[in-house]
Amino acid sequence: MTTSQTASESVSVAIVGSGGAGALTAGSILLAACGKSGLYGNMNRSVGPQIRGGEAAALLRICSHPVDCMSESYDLLIAIDWNNADRFAAEMPLKPDGLVICDPESGEVPDAIAKTGVSIVEVNMKDLAKEVAGGRENMIALGLAAGVMGLPIESLMAIVSAKLSDKGEHIVEAGRNCIEAGIAQVSSHARSLEIKPPEKQGDGRWLITGNEAAGLGAVRGGVRFAAAYPITPATEILEWLSPALSKTGGALVQAEDELSSINMIIGASYGGRASVTATSGPGLALMIESIGLAAASEVPIVVVDVMRGGPSTGIPTKSEQSDLNIAVYGCHGDAPHIVVAPLSVADCLFSTQWAVHLAEAMQSPAIVLSDQSLGQAHVLIDQPANVAFLAQRKIFAGGQVETYNRYALTADGVSPMAIPGTPGGQYTADGLTHSQKGTPSSKKSDHQDQLDKRRDKIANFDYGNHWADVEGDSDMVIVTWGSMTGAAREAIRKLSAEGVSVKLVALRLIAPFMKDNFLKALEGTRRILVLEQTHSGQFHQYLRAQCDLPAEVRHFHRPGPHLIGPEEICTQIRDWISA
Amino acid sequence: MNAPQTKPFKAGDYRSDLTPVWCPGCGDFHVLMSVTRALAELGTAPQDVAVISGIGCSSRIPAYTNCYGFHGVHGRSLALATGLKVARSDLTVMVMSGDGDGFSIGGNHFLHACRRNVDLTYIVMDNRVYGMTKGQPSPTTEPDWDSALSPGGTGLSPFHPLVIALASGANFVAREFSGDIKNSTRTIIEAIKHPGFSFVEILSPCVTFRPDEKEWKNTVHKASVDETDDPARAARRIMTDDGMNVGILYRGNRKPYKAHVSDRIDDMAALESEFAIPPASKT
Ligand SMILES: Cc1ncc(C[n+]2csc(CCOP(=O)(O)OP(=O)(O)O)c2C)c(N)n1
Ligand code: SF4
Repeated sequence: MTTSQTASESVSVAIVGSGGAGALTAGSILLAACGKSGLYGNMNRSVGPQIRGGEAAALLRICSHPVDCMSESYDLLIAIDWNNADRFAAEMPLKPDGLVICDPESGEVPDAIAKTGVSIVEVNMKDLAKEVAGGRENMIALGLAAGVMGLPIESLMAIVSAKLSDKGEHIVEAGRNCIEAGIAQVSSHARSLEIKPPEKQGDGRWLITGNEAAGLGAVRGGVRFAAAYPITPATEILEWLSPALSKTGGALVQAEDELSSINMIIGASYGGRASVTATSGPGLALMIESIGLAAASEVPIVVVDVMRGGPSTGIPTKSEQSDLNIAVYGCHGDAPHIVVAPLSVADCLFSTQWAVHLAEAMQSPAIVLSDQSLGQAHVLIDQPANVAFLAQRKIFAGGQVETYNRYALTADGVSPMAIPGTPGGQYTADGLTHSQKGTPSSKKSDHQDQLDKRRDKIANFDYGNHWADVEGDSDMVIVTWGSMTGAAREAIRKLSAEGVSVKLVALRLIAPFMKDNFLKALEGTRRILVLEQTHSGQFHQYLRAQCDLPAEVRHFHRPGPHLIGPEEICTQIRDWISA
Repeated sequence: MNAPQTKPFKAGDYRSDLTPVWCPGCGDFHVLMSVTRALAELGTAPQDVAVISGIGCSSRIPAYTNCYGFHGVHGRSLALATGLKVARSDLTVMVMSGDGDGFSIGGNHFLHACRRNVDLTYIVMDNRVYGMTKGQPSPTTEPDWDSALSPGGTGLSPFHPLVIALASGANFVAREFSGDIKNSTRTIIEAIKHPGFSFVEILSPCVTFRPDEKEWKNTVHKASVDETDDPARAARRIMTDDGMNVGILYRGNRKPYKAHVSDRIDDMAALESEFAIPPASKT
């Protein structure tokens, strides 16, 4: 890529069209082609409420550095047609110097856009497509976007051939001709939206969604069994896992409901196979009783909750962080367990793999709190490193023992687990309070011992430095968790360009709360901005319950569906500094 | 040649030394005997058998066996057992439940376990009452059975487990009476041997909250129609069922659930290649 002086670090592009116009396909190819050129970026799809058809928009952000949050405003809007564009107008505000490319054949530019004063360029996409044998207007749109952004046609064609070659050489040829026709339309007058070359050249990028990454993390972590009931926005995890597990010797069962899926994975894990389920808030609510069972009977399981707006059915297709309370506090009785939250799309892989490792090592349920904004975002990431976690499940090998005590009190609180089939290891796993042997007991000492044991095994585990991402150094700190980390990082990057330094403490391990590490990370802090995507401030309350926050605190929070963006965070910090 | 056959195990090898919490005379004692005798007869080693249950008097049974066991939460034993069996097809998995556990709170799992046809043996100890919570009506309780919770009776017609099992696709359907250990044992053996989902309702009196059920030993009778592999014939027999006839009703030929498990164990590279975008060539 040749780069001019005016190239920027980040370009955001929206491609809209009615259902079937191919806006989403054009967006996917554009994103992958950027990856091919070594860039980073992400894409979110916005679709209408109708199950099929209707309008669709591909919202892209292309960057020269890794990126994990969406754009708050757009540089380029390509409208294949204007049908229903009003619905999207609020979701994709244009920058004042933004550029709109649209087809004059498909009607007037909507008022909401025309009156913003952005530059509008008309291109007859439909006519141009007709001139190409087998041509489609979304491929013209793709060419237009590539032209404006200065992307090399080779990158685009590599992706087009890979995606379309099974449809025949003539389709690939038509694609090339359309893209070339689109690029040729980009006049030298149009505003150039070139991107700076990538900060770091890698071995190549991965294009992955958070849901796929979570699935892959589970398989890398050794999961070989999954059971689940479909639910938005978690279903893609299951759809990815099903073939992936059968390719790696495992199996996925579609359960009749979440009461079933959680118990299926408890059964499979009791049988010795690392197991996972994925769901969203309503499903997690149904699973809670049995998550308590897994805690009491010490069966390792992993539950990935891809959070959406709640309560109740809420907003299934939009993100929120409001399952924090149920994940941490949902179980009846005292049932300590692990709650982990990925801090980015790439981290969905690491965090889920880590959760499998933690669950297996401590024979405990682990909940992974992902959310829609991570799960369904398509993101270009660096090819992830292979992380090998060492601790495996502590297994009872069988052989010469007088009596095998499944729930024996041990130094670290973890007792060797007999896997069915092992001679001499027969025991009954039980949700009833039990003795060390596993037999039901209502004795004061057994109850106390087993509660202590289950608390200690989780409290005393060595979580290493994975408990949080702590970045930068300043007496002004953003404390956040999960998906909000992306916007926080972006805000900190912007502020640092303005000469304002802000430290980031982003919690990956939510429960158990790493109080000592947390307070150490906050040493010397004067001001803390707590950031989260909930209505009631669940995270803030959680922090307050766990420790005395050692500084002046402000709290910025909002429910979904409108994601908190970097610019808003910057405003919070700037206002505070100038106050 | 007629050399005496030596069986590797005796029924006692399948019993733990734990004393059951059941009331003296409870039918579940007999079910425990039948299950352990059946396992000894089959000769499957205790460590290769898993007994999975939910909550209720009947569901206390796993810990009284010397097999692997799981005493889970109320109503979910079939789900837990399904996960175990799919993950570990080498094990013999028995699921033990009560009429409240299995037909009320766990009713949906019953339908889907029949339909899914995983190779499980599901034994429901039906006493037509909630024993553990001290005498409330269950889905199989007669409509006029008086209790503190439903004075004068529920007025609801009882749920018919065999009809549901047959209609939902269970591959083996039978009813026995706990007091008839010989036939219960024989039927449990057949149920375990039969591929796919096998359902055995065992009428098991709750002597404490349903003392009237002590009469069952006099009222159960052998079904007048023999077992069949024809669902239509089985359905006709059920239509004339007074709820007390015993024996194997149906032995079907449906293919058991098979998970798509491949032999390839570690094909991570192929799995991950779908995400990779190779960098643009430098030329
Ligand atoms: C979620 C939940 N709800 C209610 C209970 C209380 N409970 C325990 S056993 C039981 C009924 C058991 O009846 P049944 O399955 O017929 O077994 P039985 O005791 O008669 O053998 C109930 C309602 C529970 N343990 N869990
Ligand atoms: S209450 Fe009824 S079912 Fe429970 S142990 Fe006693 S007799 Fe058996």
